[in-house]
Amino acid sequence: MSAVAARLARSLTPPRVRVLFAIAGALLLLNLLSWAFGAAPLETLAEAYSGTWGTGYGIGQVLFKSTTLLFTGLAFVVALRVGLFNIGAEGQLGLASLGVAVLGSRLPANMPALVAIPLMLACAIAIGAGYAGLAGVLRARLGVHEIISGIMLNRVVDVVLPWLLVAVLGAVSLRTANIAPAASLMKLSAVVNSLAGSAASIAFPLAVVVVFATFAWLERSRVGREFAWVGKSPSVCTAQGIDVPKRRVQAMLLSGALAGLVATGTVLGYEGAFELGLGAGAGFSGIAVAMLGRTSPAALIFSALVFGTLAQAGLAINALVPREAMGVLEAVVILLVGAVAIAAEPETPLTEPVAPKVSAP
Amino acid sequence: MSSLFSVAMLAETLRISAPYACAAVGGVWAERAGIVQIGLEGVLLSGAFAAVAVAVASGSMALGLAAGVALGVGVSMLHATLVEKTRIDAVVSGIALNLLAFSATRLALRALYDSASNSPSIAGFRFGPTGTSGTDMLLRTLLDPVTVIAVLAIAASPFVFAETRFGLRVRAVGENPTAARAAGINVSRTRLAALAVSGAMTALGGVHLAFDQHRFESGMSGGRGFIALAAVVLSGWRPARAAVLCLAFGWLEAVQLRLQDVSRGSSLATLTQLLPYVATLLVLALGLGRRAAPAGLGRHAE
Repeated sequence: MSAVAARLARSLTPPRVRVLFAIAGALLLLNLLSWAFGAAPLETLAEAYSGTWGTGYGIGQVLFKSTTLLFTGLAFVVALRVGLFNIGAEGQLGLASLGVAVLGSRLPANMPALVAIPLMLACAIAIGAGYAGLAGVLRARLGVHEIISGIMLNRVVDVVLPWLLVAVLGAVSLRTANIAPAASLMKLSAVVNSLAGSAASIAFPLAVVVVFATFAWLERSRVGREFAWVGKSPSVCTAQGIDVPKRRVQAMLLSGALAGLVATGTVLGYEGAFELGLGAGAGFSGIAVAMLGRTSPAALIFSALVFGTLAQAGLAINALVPREAMGVLEAVVILLVGAVAIAAEPETPLTEPVAPKVSAP
Repeated sequence: MSSLFSVAMLAETLRISAPYACAAVGGVWAERAGIVQIGLEGVLLSGAFAAVAVAVASGSMALGLAAGVALGVGVSMLHATLVEKTRIDAVVSGIALNLLAFSATRLALRALYDSASNSPSIAGFRFGPTGTSGTDMLLRTLLDPVTVIAVLAIAASPFVFAETRFGLRVRAVGENPTAARAAGINVSRTRLAALAVSGAMTALGGVHLAFDQHRFESGMSGGRGFIALAAVVLSGWRPARAAVLCLAFGWLEAVQLRLQDVSRGSSLATLTQLLPYVATLLVLALGLGRRAAPAGLGRHAE
């Protein structure tokens, strides 16, 4: 199937076509799955539509899910610029979410929102960047490959989060105390009435602004340009006097900061606390978002909306087809996009070889 | 302290470490062939699920074992095909296959058994004495067919790598695919074959896990594939050492279970779970006994 996909892609080179191709493949698969579960195919699609873009509530939920994916997708794009795979976003966002929730729950009651919210953002950025920076330093200074360290650091968070919640914070139900009202972000439904009841908050427009700003910075600033050169050819950069390890660490710091900002949508904009599993999986879905939309801010936003719609549609169709079907769909989209993307531009590999190299520090 | 080194503890350690060791040796097989395999978790899950589904349907544990291994081979070869033929990045493919295995097995649980969490229970293999003494437990563990096959396959791996034509070819395509191709080796085919072995080994671990629990549970691999990956890296991509490391990890887990029995809520025991991950990070960061990864890992023949 992928060989056919690859041949098709070669005849239709523009990136937009490949995106459409992956979406068409996903829709086809959804129809097959619903047929297997005894639902009329179009019935599932209709249900999926009305649960997502068909109602104000559905749209709000899609925006909520896309907020998280915008941050993790962008995080992956930034690291990829210097040729690094930040697959540790999962751990970075988990740790940052917990940190933000704990800090938010301990703010003095009379602290104004104008102080509290920047403080929350700074906390999310600091924790996310710090944890990703660890992987960055391990890679750039000590030659530990970021994929191995990313997996290990993710697993460390998986073990540490429940332990912190139960043993250190004494939380009974794996949930922190509620954050101070001043620290929570405004719901979008306060501005647009028709989104009432949905979890979308102003974290979504914030994420959109961050996406445009980050891409602009990557394209136009000196450091941002150097990121791309480091990603293309580290050895040439070294010869040209660019500090490659430094740029790699910086990119990982920025990537982790963006992953940490996931907490704005989940902890500050929706839950008002952290509970185990909040935002989980977004780190990996972000990779899919980035695969589909790494070329431009508009593509990334579109891609995040696609995957956000998939996630929300899974909940909407659960009565007809189990929502796990959406996980299958997501995996297939990743593979289709991956296969098609690479077949369409064979001369530019996604990253340098991913072997855990033992390069001299 | 003596209870931590008893015969019962040895049996427990063997039982717990078998899936780790299978997955780790499976990981060595993939990566020595030059294909990054972070999808061990997905292979474990698919193997466990297929084994249980076929065992439930047919009532035959042997058929279940065969089906588990077969699906593991299939998933692993799908990974190799995607990486070799369509040149998907192996990390992306691995992540997607983990997600696919997790979601598809849950979907199949709903479809086949109308359950969100687990399958009906199966008998599993039952051989040896039924008593609860340490010796009986050890005998039961050692007579378990899945364990026996796993031990034999693990023990054979170093020999196959070092002495056989196939093993040498796998190492050749893993170290330098371009040179291997120039020497007349079909790189893609060799890698596919190595990944078939890798999938069979890893799925054997999944089957062991499922038969040991007497059912399939959603997400039952529980990160074992990642611990196995840690063992692969720590071992310097050497199968025997990887298996021994997994025994150590298994013993730690057995100790931890024992500690939890003795003093409930001993929260520090939870943190012993961190050991494989932290050890991997430390060993890599400090360069202790560091041994290079296969030089052709993640590279294609040019």
